[in-house]
Amino acid sequence: MTRHTISLKINGQPYEVAVEPHWTLLETVREQFALTGSKEGCGTGDCGACSMIVDGRLITACLMLAPEADGSEITTIEGLARNGDLHPVQQSFIEAGGVQCGFCTPGMIMAAKALLDSNPRPTLEDVRLGLAGNLCRCTGYSKIYEAVLAAAERIG
Amino acid sequence: MRWHYGRSAPLPRFEYFAPQSLTEALTLLQERGQGGRALAGGTDLVVQVKEGVKIPIPSYLVSLRRIPELRGIDFSARDGLRIGATATMAEIAESPLIRERYSALADGAEIVGSIQTMNMATVGGNVCNAAPSADTAPPLLAHEAVAVVAGPQGERELPLEEFWLGPNQTALQPGELLRELRLPAPPANTGGVYVRRTPRKQMDIAVIGVAVLLTLGQGDRIERARIALGAVAPTPVRARKAEAALEGKAASEALFAEAAETAASEASPIDDIRGSAEFRRHLVRVTTERCLLEAVQRARTA
Ligand SMILES: Cc1cc2nc3c(=O)[nH]c(=O)nc-3n(C[C@H](O)[C@H](O)[C@H](O)COP(=O)(O)OP(=O)(O)OC[C@H]3O[C@@H](n4cnc5c(N)ncnc54)[C@H](O)[C@@H]3O)c2cc1C
Ligand code: FES
Ligand code: FES
Repeated sequence: MTRHTISLKINGQPYEVAVEPHWTLLETVREQFALTGSKEGCGTGDCGACSMIVDGRLITACLMLAPEADGSEITTIEGLARNGDLHPVQQSFIEAGGVQCGFCTPGMIMAAKALLDSNPRPTLEDVRLGLAGNLCRCTGYSKIYEAVLAAAERIG
Repeated sequence: MRWHYGRSAPLPRFEYFAPQSLTEALTLLQERGQGGRALAGGTDLVVQVKEGVKIPIPSYLVSLRRIPELRGIDFSARDGLRIGATATMAEIAESPLIRERYSALADGAEIVGSIQTMNMATVGGNVCNAAPSADTAPPLLAHEAVAVVAGPQGERELPLEEFWLGPNQTALQPGELLRELRLPAPPANTGGVYVRRTPRKQMDIAVIGVAVLLTLGQGDRIERARIALGAVAPTPVRARKAEAALEGKAASEALFAEAAETAASEASPIDDIRGSAEFRRHLVRVTTERCLLEAVQRARTA
């Protein structure tokens, strides 16, 4: 099978990379770029651990084929901190205790960032809906919702 | 299913093409022949290919992502609504035009999976995957949507009732693609609503779904009623007897209760893991009644 050379931007950096059609964007970002923040939980769109922002939209990268990302701008969890300063959502997750084992955390934070980008003043219900595609086995969600609401205040 | 550490259910190999126009896509499908499949948002297809159960592994995929003819949402009072096959659930849910004039469809699109799913999933994929539980199906059926199909011999139009043949089966012939859906402009004073029943509010599959459109005339007289049911038959279905029972009569709670009973009798659900046939029929009755009450409210304020 032929490889496809695609160009894309990851966290602001332009790249060209040769991909196999059956690679997912998630595998490509993790294995070709060694950006292993995004996780694979289910591989079927159900858990949100692989969430990335592609061309301004939150997606599950386990369901996107790598060649489909040709020409796209991708933001992963590694792209949120600026000059060593954590993104307000990241900082709030730490302070509110929204992280336990951490496996869901990158996806949760990407979903929370996408939510706050489109709705800077969410209600609790908005947060619950915005994160409905992200599963957490540890926290029981309350601390995560608190973290997102606190991040909204912080960004204010 | 194959699983190994660090990666679940890896994809098998296939070839991939990303045509830049509809003609190029149709030519590709014709030249490469059997074994290929269209790839839209991939939220059904990529899962099915990973799991390798529901469909044969495709030898090649034709991406619809870069085909301009399949995109966009346009409305005119004369021609009604045109929704390109690759319009996403998010685009449909965010369209003020669809919220205003085709509210049942907005209701359906805005509950498809998660934010992530809605950003990827297309309406064409929802229709072509042909799940009886597809959440845009009852609203599209109630709106009497027509599927515009493009193939090597040109285009043909099919009402959705003829497009769906059974679970995961459509009237698409090899080499054909769904180009767009066309929905006639609803008459003035029409209210529409779609409600699905699921154990979990988001990220769940409809146990049943009901779409209702009501058009009101003088003195709350129902001039036109459309009711479509999801997940109660091999394809989404219209409840025509219930529609007929409503038309020409004045809207009332008693009339709605009776029509809802009729709609439930028109459902032919099965028992499965999500609910028994009896439970589904019960849900159709109570949900249809609730939808009729909501649709009449929306029609009054339309
Ligand atoms: C986590 C998750 C949650 C979900 N929740 C819901 C839900 O709540 N409600 C619901 O209804 N669905 C749900 N789904 C199913 C799925 O998201 C929808 O059916 C979606 O609309 C499919 O669209 P797609 O663009 O992703 O299609 P794809 O997966 O790309 O394609 C689906 C099928 O249609 C064919 N196809 C696609 N477009 C065309 C075309 N233009 N012409 C010819 N053939 C075509 C493909 O070949 C394939 O066989 C969910 C899926 C996931 C992963
Ligand atoms: S790994 Fe992508 S949604 Fe679970
Ligand atoms: S912190 Fe462990 S899965 Fe969420």
